[in-house]
Amino acid sequence: MTALAKRTVHKPDSFSTESAGDKALDIVIWILVLFAVAVTAYPFLYVFSISFSDGAAVARGDVWFLPRGFTTETYSMVMGYSQLWTSYLNTAFYTVFGTLANMVFTCLAAYPLSRKRFFLRRKLNFFVVFTMYFSGGMIPTYMVVTGMGLYNSRLAMILPVLLSTYNMMICRSAMESVPEDLFENASLEGASDWYMMLHIAVPLIKPTLAVLTLYYAVARYNDFFNAMLYLGRSDLQPLQIFLRRVLLMSSAEVLQSAGTAAADAAAKNTLKIRYVCIVLAAVPIFCITPFVQKYLVTGTMLGAVKG
Amino acid sequence: MAKPVNDIKPGKKPLSQLIRRDSQLMLMFLPVFLFYLIFCYLPMVGLAMAFEDFKMGSGFAGVFSSPWVGFRWFQQFFNSVFAWRLIRNTFLLSFYSLIFGFPIPIIFAICITQLRARRFAKTAQVITYLPYFISTVVVVGMMTNFLSPSSGIVNQVIKAFGGKAINFMGMPSWFRKLYVISGSWQSFGFNAIIFVAAIMGIDPTLYEAMKVDGASRWQQIIHLIIPMISDTVILLLIMTLGNLLNVGFEKVYLMYSPAVYETGDVIATYVYRQGIENKNFSYASAVGLFYSAVGFVFVVSSNALSRKVTGSSLW
Repeated sequence: MTALAKRTVHKPDSFSTESAGDKALDIVIWILVLFAVAVTAYPFLYVFSISFSDGAAVARGDVWFLPRGFTTETYSMVMGYSQLWTSYLNTAFYTVFGTLANMVFTCLAAYPLSRKRFFLRRKLNFFVVFTMYFSGGMIPTYMVVTGMGLYNSRLAMILPVLLSTYNMMICRSAMESVPEDLFENASLEGASDWYMMLHIAVPLIKPTLAVLTLYYAVARYNDFFNAMLYLGRSDLQPLQIFLRRVLLMSSAEVLQSAGTAAADAAAKNTLKIRYVCIVLAAVPIFCITPFVQKYLVTGTMLGAVKG
Repeated sequence: MAKPVNDIKPGKKPLSQLIRRDSQLMLMFLPVFLFYLIFCYLPMVGLAMAFEDFKMGSGFAGVFSSPWVGFRWFQQFFNSVFAWRLIRNTFLLSFYSLIFGFPIPIIFAICITQLRARRFAKTAQVITYLPYFISTVVVVGMMTNFLSPSSGIVNQVIKAFGGKAINFMGMPSWFRKLYVISGSWQSFGFNAIIFVAAIMGIDPTLYEAMKVDGASRWQQIIHLIIPMISDTVILLLIMTLGNLLNVGFEKVYLMYSPAVYETGDVIATYVYRQGIENKNFSYASAVGLFYSAVGFVFVVSSNALSRKVTGSSLW
């Protein structure tokens, strides 16, 4: 597989043997790529360095690249906030159960819609796809969800977003690409549709499912909108709501909730507290995302090229 | 038992037999059906409240009993001073995002595939697509804090060079620029993935053939790579056009403040303030329905365009 990939990828001549014009192009390309990487990475590096730097060095404006006067005291301070842990746990709950429900529903929708013999296939496809064309919008949806008694309920973070039609379509076209013979043979041997979904379709599209799991998990982890609309109680609120309070509003409230003498010291450290929170929020994403990198192309390609 | 011959034309079978044959598939789809019914189609029914004087208290059921007022809320919206501003802001934010945001991933993808250092190219790709997965709250939070007039790094630099601190987030003239730049910053790496894949899929012998003809690498980019990825580019462009008006509510909501409503307030945030904050459900639904209807027109036309230009529509 790798040998094949290596052979089919074009590689330009080496730098030393190419013409002056090509050399100039090479240099321009290198500058552009390095610029793109720097622009993307620097904000994160800066946030990271501030979060580990000594408060005095930050106040003097000494921190530009790497941490100055390395310290983890802001981390210990932030980790002392009970609201941080509450919201972290809530987010973990919504992410784990939300993603699980997402994947189950995505497969339950994609498998029937991918079976060519299914007599309702065209009708149900239209039923599903129409929701991408038109939606009731924010207010009627809000009325439906609150009307079901989901206000201040954990289910409000899961039920309204059980399924993303776009992701389901990626899954459906992956299942459509499974050779029909496999299903026919299994069917002749008396396999049920449940069996064929779980033992033929799902195992054969694992790369796509991995990417979809990532998309869903990230969406659940980052969900701010539903939490803002439906969760008023702070013991139910996820990390993103907490982050918004710390990052975008006056942090006084957060500092008061610490309720200790450390609050005074904390007031001087508002910026550091904010950057520590950004690091704590970004770490799970940065840890998980690179793992599915090799599948990422499969997942995005199918979605855009085949509908 | 049906004979195999009949299996070729399932449409000819009686319904009861089809239901029996596909009962498992129907059962599988049932929960999904209920989800769409409740959370997608029921709100569409609820849009009726845009034509009613809907009162709080009776819950969603009030949709079926509230008095009918016709187009009163639509008239109120289009006669208000906000209508034009909201439509203009929504359109311009999307339009600038498209103009500025669409070419960057393509240029980046071409650059990254031209690098000889494959390992570095891979790393660069991972680094640049990571921001895509970061939440809007964090991205806006970082931007706001970097741009803060008192402690932000940007204003520190401006002051170090003898300039005066700028209150970026509080100025209407900066809102669109910040929205577009941060949006592009967050998504260019991820959007490049598909173009990188398209370029890597080009047959290497085509490069060789061009080299034999004495083509420079710049000519290879212009005459080989760009034509080869133009299908993907057109398809994605049409897709983006279809969602043109889908301005991210979350991001605008987190970025804006009354000081920048002049350029920052969009239809979705107005609907939120009117509906959720002020409880004018009927009026907000009417504005939302107008927004959904315009969105519908965009998606349908982009799909028709796609069918005509590329021969394939998305659905």
